[in-house]
Amino acid sequence: MSLQTLLLYLFSGGALFGGLLMLVAQHPMRVALALISSMLCLAGIYAMLGVHVIAVFQVLIYVGAVMVFMVYVIMLLDVRDPSFLRRYSHALTPGVVAGVLLAIALGMAVSQLPGPAPASQDPEGAAFLIRPFSVEFLKTYWLHFELTSVLLVAAVVAAIAVIKGGRRKDG
Amino acid sequence: MDKSQLLLWVGIGLFAIGLVGVMIRRNALVMLMCMELMLNGVILSLVTFSQRTATLSGAVLVFLIFVVAAAEIAIAIPIVLLLSRQRRTLDVEAYSSLKG
Repeated sequence: MSLQTLLLYLFSGGALFGGLLMLVAQHPMRVALALISSMLCLAGIYAMLGVHVIAVFQVLIYVGAVMVFMVYVIMLLDVRDPSFLRRYSHALTPGVVAGVLLAIALGMAVSQLPGPAPASQDPEGAAFLIRPFSVEFLKTYWLHFELTSVLLVAAVVAAIAVIKGGRRKDG
Repeated sequence: MDKSQLLLWVGIGLFAIGLVGVMIRRNALVMLMCMELMLNGVILSLVTFSQRTATLSGAVLVFLIFVVAAAEIAIAIPIVLLLSRQRRTLDVEAYSSLKG
């Protein structure tokens, strides 16, 4: 077994283990830390697949922005609220059964995929290096790239509107 | 096991774990984080397929998903803040009147 395969198994196991920890951890902060470790393992997988752009974005956007924001909010809110002591809702058993059934159904679909991948044209993922990726990105998908900025502006305006509206109602 | 097959299995596992988390946990913030885990499973399968076929469109779609996830969190967190300001708790059972 080569080192690469070993690392792939290690990162996959780490991602799944982080996900399972999220289900059993009690305090929201521990859940956030488990999610962060799971995301870092996924970034390692992307880097090993040669998709470096996505790996960098995963660390920068998900871990660096989204999860740091989440951790701030947990620290802000969780001062006197003891409700996290009760972990599970009434839907515990049906929820677990539904999740297992979904995993089995999706797994059956995956196992019917046509066998090992056709030896891909560029095994090192040359198309995913930073330079060809960004050139192709801004040549073909420039409109989508610009539209995301519109979406982000809309999100900022919506967040401000939500906060202001709530404050007015409070008095 | 084939590499892409293994990664697709991991993606399925993450998606199912996230779905179970959304259904069984009570804390609103934990439910949000489990949704992020579901998104991560989907992104992993997108990257796997994109790398398997050596096409860029999957990777571009992943970039768009990152942006949408950031926007989603930027709106969801203020809503959670407002909710917790109303009832002083993050337990979703306290908000069952929202079921209508």
